[in-house]
Amino acid sequence: MSKLAAVRPAYWIAGVLLAVSVVVPLLVSTYARDEPRLWGFPFFYWYQLAWVFISVITVGISYQLIIREERRRRAAQGLGNPDAPAEGNER
Amino acid sequence: MNHSVDWVQLIIVIVIFAAVTVMGFMAARWRRTGELDSLDEWGLGGRGFGTFITWFLLGGDLYTAYTFVAVPAAMYATGAISGFFAVPYTIVVYPIIFVFMARLWSVAHRNGYVTPADFVGGRYGSKGLSLAVAVTGILATMPYIALQLVGMQAVFETMGLGGDNLLAKDLPLLIAFAVLAAYTYSSGLRAPAMIAFVKDGLIYLVIAVAILYLPGQLGGWGGIFDAAQTKMETTSQATGKPTGVFIPGESGYSAYWTLALGSAMALFMYPHSVTAVLSTKNRNIVRRNAAMLPAYSLLLGLLALLGFMAIKANVDVKGLDGLANPQLAIPRLFDQEFPSWFAGIAFAAIAVGALVPAAIMSIAAANLFTRNIYRDFLKKDATPAQEAKVSKLASLLVKFGALVFVLGMDKTISLNLQLLGGIWILQTFPAIVGGLFTRWFHRWALLAGWAVAMVFGTIEAYNVINPATKKHFGGSLANIPFTDTQVYIALTAFGINLVIVVVLTLIFRALKVPEGKDSTHLSDYTADAGDPGVKDLPDLLDEGGAAPAKA
Repeated sequence: MSKLAAVRPAYWIAGVLLAVSVVVPLLVSTYARDEPRLWGFPFFYWYQLAWVFISVITVGISYQLIIREERRRRAAQGLGNPDAPAEGNER
Repeated sequence: MNHSVDWVQLIIVIVIFAAVTVMGFMAARWRRTGELDSLDEWGLGGRGFGTFITWFLLGGDLYTAYTFVAVPAAMYATGAISGFFAVPYTIVVYPIIFVFMARLWSVAHRNGYVTPADFVGGRYGSKGLSLAVAVTGILATMPYIALQLVGMQAVFETMGLGGDNLLAKDLPLLIAFAVLAAYTYSSGLRAPAMIAFVKDGLIYLVIAVAILYLPGQLGGWGGIFDAAQTKMETTSQATGKPTGVFIPGESGYSAYWTLALGSAMALFMYPHSVTAVLSTKNRNIVRRNAAMLPAYSLLLGLLALLGFMAIKANVDVKGLDGLANPQLAIPRLFDQEFPSWFAGIAFAAIAVGALVPAAIMSIAAANLFTRNIYRDFLKKDATPAQEAKVSKLASLLVKFGALVFVLGMDKTISLNLQLLGGIWILQTFPAIVGGLFTRWFHRWALLAGWAVAMVFGTIEAYNVINPATKKHFGGSLANIPFTDTQVYIALTAFGINLVIVVVLTLIFRALKVPEGKDSTHLSDYTADAGDPGVKDLPDLLDEGGAAPAKA
């Protein structure tokens, strides 16, 4: 239990977002239909293309959450930030 | 039919190709960190690409002739299930790699791993398992390269190269092969990374024009979809069933989502995708890219719909041999609807777009051969220069393998080539991704699961017969044994693989069979650039050799 509690909420949220972005686009029964059409595109086609944008958002949020968590962890361990290499990191 | 050479198109294609080749040679000197005759330099581009370049490099890897020839061709020929699944595939792939790729980056950089087989060998202390992963990677890459060759061939054929006699018939293919071979041999990974910019620029241009211009020419999207629907619902003479699928019915759901999921899980097992990820500067660049790469998926979706446009435009897809070849749908659509000069630019985009990934793939497969077969089994004390030489030769051999796939297999639906590769490569997933998170799986269990799944997948795929041409390997869908549910064979085999791995792991652990030495450490999996022990190329070179020194 203590192990589970140690997982920070950021990881949970990111995990859920990522899982949703994998599972929902694969639920074919939810979108295998023609209507409503959008600019002549059947629902089946435009819905899947719309998921491209949704996925950009969910993965983007996950990235922000994880990166912040990871920076905090690294700072706590006294490690540098690889995106902004400080002088101290060079050999 | 008109098969004379279109000189305007040909000249434009040659000019663009020449420009790209010059860039390639210049790239050999670009951001160079060492000599090109060491394996890390030729094969990994020196490992130091940032977010921006990686975006192009990964895009160049993943969006290939698959995207602009094979997928639209499949849409043209049989509609949504065999083609449009590529959209959910490229959507779900990014969340999946987000989860595990950063760990692979870290462990690879701390231990000097360059290939997925390096990692498996180090993690499980098993040369045998590492060999299995290497062989699978090389084998599975061949049909994927074959797909690129088929794409280039379609373009050259549309421009009027080749003829209908036995020798000239294969001329477009031979040209494609020669260009690819010469190009990779001389430049290594740096050139493709550089050229990916040009390639993507060209492709964005062509897509933008095609998407904005063509629907107007063809009477709007509504009409395009209606034409596709009509074609898909018409009964095919060859099979007596509807030609294809416009919107999947209930029986098609399982095929659709398993194709998408199976392809997504398989994609980052390919050696070339791993290479691209490992050549990034730090652990999180691949994650940042996972959030940005879906822009390509949108492109892919719109490109797929070009297949429907080709239906509406009634393009003639008869090949030089007189048989219908859906691969010609898109090139012929451009040829028919665009002015010659723009068709030329579009063809150059497709050809370069097939060339770049084919080069990256063959280099990655060659790396696998050199590191995990040549050095581990054939010549343990090879010098870096010898390794680079062997790699170059191996990349040539891999391309010959690809040529065999092109010539030997049914290529009426070239997408199948990639799906066949997927069946094989997915069987390395338990060892690689499993290994990134847990050491619980037993190495011999992984090997056994892999072996059974490889054999099963190959037999199942062999037994799929194309109803139109009567050839084996005619598709990648089969019923799950003892059911009527049609799924992508790769996932069935993967399921069998996992069951065997789990059961045998329990048995081997109960019998206390030695589990091998794990040369990685828990902290390796979260290490980042700048941490103690995390190497980049200059360090490796200082140690007197490219990576190999580690063993």
